[in-house]
Amino acid sequence: MPKEVSPGVLALRKVVDDVYADAREAKKQGKLVGWSSSKFPCELAEAFDLNVMYPENQAAGIAAQRDGEIMCQAAEDLGFDNDICGYARISLAYAAGKRASRKIDLETGEFVIDPNSGKPLKDENGNVVIDEATGKPKKDPKTMKPYIVIDDIHEIEALPEGREKELRLNAIQPYKQMRIPQPDFVLCCNNICNCMTKWYENIARMCNIPLIMIDVPYNNTVEVNDDYVAYIRAQFDNAIHDLEKLTGKKFDQQKFDDACKHANRTAQAWLRVCDYLQYKPAPYSGFDLFNHMADVVTARGKVQAAEAFELLEKDLEKAIKEGTTTTPFPEQYRVMFEGIPCWPKLPNLFKPLKANGVNVTAVVYAPAFGFVYNSYDEMVKAYCKAPNSVCIEQGVDWREGICRENKVDGVLVHYNRSCKPWSGYMAEMQRRFTKDLGIPCAGFDGDQADPRNFNEAQYETRVQGLVEAMQANRK
Amino acid sequence: MSIESLVQEFTAAAASPKAQLKKYKDAGYKCIGVMPYYAPEELVHAAGMVPFGMWGSNKKTISKAKEYCATFYCTIAQLDVEMLLDGTCDLLDGVITPAICDTLRPMTQNIRVMMEGKLPTIFLAHPQFRRPQFGLEFCRAQYTHVKTELEKIRGSEITDEEIRNSIKVYNKSRAARREFVKLASEHCDVIDPIMRSAVLKSAWFMRKEEHTEKLEALNAELKALPAAKWNGVKIVTSGIVVDSPALLKVLKDNHVAIAADDVAHESRPIRVDASEEGDPMMALCQQFADQDFDVLLYDEASEQNRRGEFVAKLVEESGAQGLVLFMQQFCDPEEMEYPYLKKALDAHKIPFIKLGVDQQMRDFGQAATAIQAFVDVLAMQ
Repeated sequence: MPKEVSPGVLALRKVVDDVYADAREAKKQGKLVGWSSSKFPCELAEAFDLNVMYPENQAAGIAAQRDGEIMCQAAEDLGFDNDICGYARISLAYAAGKRASRKIDLETGEFVIDPNSGKPLKDENGNVVIDEATGKPKKDPKTMKPYIVIDDIHEIEALPEGREKELRLNAIQPYKQMRIPQPDFVLCCNNICNCMTKWYENIARMCNIPLIMIDVPYNNTVEVNDDYVAYIRAQFDNAIHDLEKLTGKKFDQQKFDDACKHANRTAQAWLRVCDYLQYKPAPYSGFDLFNHMADVVTARGKVQAAEAFELLEKDLEKAIKEGTTTTPFPEQYRVMFEGIPCWPKLPNLFKPLKANGVNVTAVVYAPAFGFVYNSYDEMVKAYCKAPNSVCIEQGVDWREGICRENKVDGVLVHYNRSCKPWSGYMAEMQRRFTKDLGIPCAGFDGDQADPRNFNEAQYETRVQGLVEAMQANRK
Repeated sequence: MSIESLVQEFTAAAASPKAQLKKYKDAGYKCIGVMPYYAPEELVHAAGMVPFGMWGSNKKTISKAKEYCATFYCTIAQLDVEMLLDGTCDLLDGVITPAICDTLRPMTQNIRVMMEGKLPTIFLAHPQFRRPQFGLEFCRAQYTHVKTELEKIRGSEITDEEIRNSIKVYNKSRAARREFVKLASEHCDVIDPIMRSAVLKSAWFMRKEEHTEKLEALNAELKALPAAKWNGVKIVTSGIVVDSPALLKVLKDNHVAIAADDVAHESRPIRVDASEEGDPMMALCQQFADQDFDVLLYDEASEQNRRGEFVAKLVEESGAQGLVLFMQQFCDPEEMEYPYLKKALDAHKIPFIKLGVDQQMRDFGQAATAIQAFVDVLAMQ
């Protein structure tokens, strides 16, 4: 039976779908479309009514759709080392015009089906049907898929109008993340990592487009001091000037104020939604939060995102009253999941957790995306407090706060091959979690986008170890 | 002094930073570790202390650092952590930890935590908007923080006059090193890649006055030599650090000379000087602002391929026939800029090879084969 989806979740999905659809439409109409890093102050772009796409969100979507590996390889073929962040590789391949595409026979116009794809065919009794000729299970033709290959949008667009062009355009993977418009400008804020700076410089170079940059240097103290505020505030002013030049429009204070209002409302509703994980048992899983991050990233400055999160809040309130949860198993243990999930391997991540009754009831994204502020300077400070831009004490404080409030029994740490700044102090953080909270931690190696860096066997062993430690801790 | 004995002194200093550290400590100096990149060493010098460059080590194995780092971090950072933990750096009086790349970001935190109560750590965040006034002001605030922390270690204020004097000392050192780089190319029959590296590397472990004095003497000796008769090939080196004697021996054995370098440990930080006039703190900020064409620095004209073009031009102007890129493993800034470096080199028809290196490498067989093949290609041109 298909899982029932609540009105709040549906509204959140629509918000993101609309952001993508609006950008495609804007491009068709000849309007500017930009690409932005996830924690660039979106309020600035909103003040100019700009349509903006978010490569991190796009890359996560592409990875979750299982095209992360082929896109990463396409970037490697362009010369980008496989050590580079998987999101950056996917995005750079896309910026260069590479597209994951269904293999097509140009003569017949049919997709070329991969014989290794698909699920076994079952008879009316649910038994696997065996092919008499081979002695192997038959494949259900409905579940078989075409080979996925890399095509090049620039090459396709250079073709004369006609059948081949049409077929190849149509063969590009149909989901929204593989169909975003090429950028006319880029907005980069390096608060989350330095890699972002070079990533966006590369896009600007590839596409010969302007880059609007906000540099947020790494901060060694919990407080954001006045030097940081003055430096970053001046850059906001600079970015406004650049956006005026880009759009030919004057900065609209009212639109900016509205965007700030919406962004705060979204952030507050997001934080309240996150707080529902404090209930025991939780009305949903932290993995669901990962999915809703798309809204915080792509639409936090829009009123629709705030409204959708408020609707989700109502759904959760109802779930608490009715004692229901979307977690499809009884919650025996509660853990914090540290880091970005391995998007291409979500089912594999979930499997041993489900088998052991482990619910993810805390993720660090909750406080990390809750940009709440009351003034321009506070807004500047809020953008200094991104994951990876804060000192270890702040990072530990965030995490231990949600671990306590969300009553976790252990911590599962993703050593994310794609994210050096994030994984770089996790070993010390793990020690602190155990010392301060008396809870066990387990780390595993993975990657947010490149499935080649995830080892399922190691992951399962580590989860098993964590479960045993949590069990022992209860005695 | 003869070229040979001067080079021997540089080689000894380059090979034994720990002994250098002890020497300066015994002489009563305080010593400050300086991690990559772009820390204003002049301030350390102005405090009357000796800065010690920390660019990893070719002799150590990563062991204790595993307590803090996963494997996928550059060995320079990991070995710095190792040396802070294993006692190599016990004589230091402080360490400056810049945060300009994604590996150094978390390492600033790890080092602060692990050295708590043992060694003062001085955090440094550079602005990527280096040239506008707001960038200079931010840089000044950060350099002032470094200065204040050094003053705590010193126990007294560092004066403007002291900084101005240090700027002069450093400008002189940079000029001597730039001249040496040229002379080493012109007299590559005398200065082989191992010697060249030792001379440049030793600057990280010697008081600059001492280093410059010897280097000026060496430069004078080199200038007096007749023009080189060189039958081998000449290359430009590019990368973060190219200081492994075993690796450089491969170049030497294949009659490869280094015409110039685009190396973070060698020429990148000595390309520009600081003004000897006016506010000396601002002069240091302006000097950082004037740094350019570096994988670690934001390029405001990023839609152009300025860095790639700069390196290609460097190869052409230096008289090198090709370029060897020593790609530091796990260095994403270098990796991110590689495709566009390649594009510029290809456009200029400059032959090059990319060799993956790290400081844990002990076997250079594969690198030797690649270099040998590359030399054959260059020789045929």
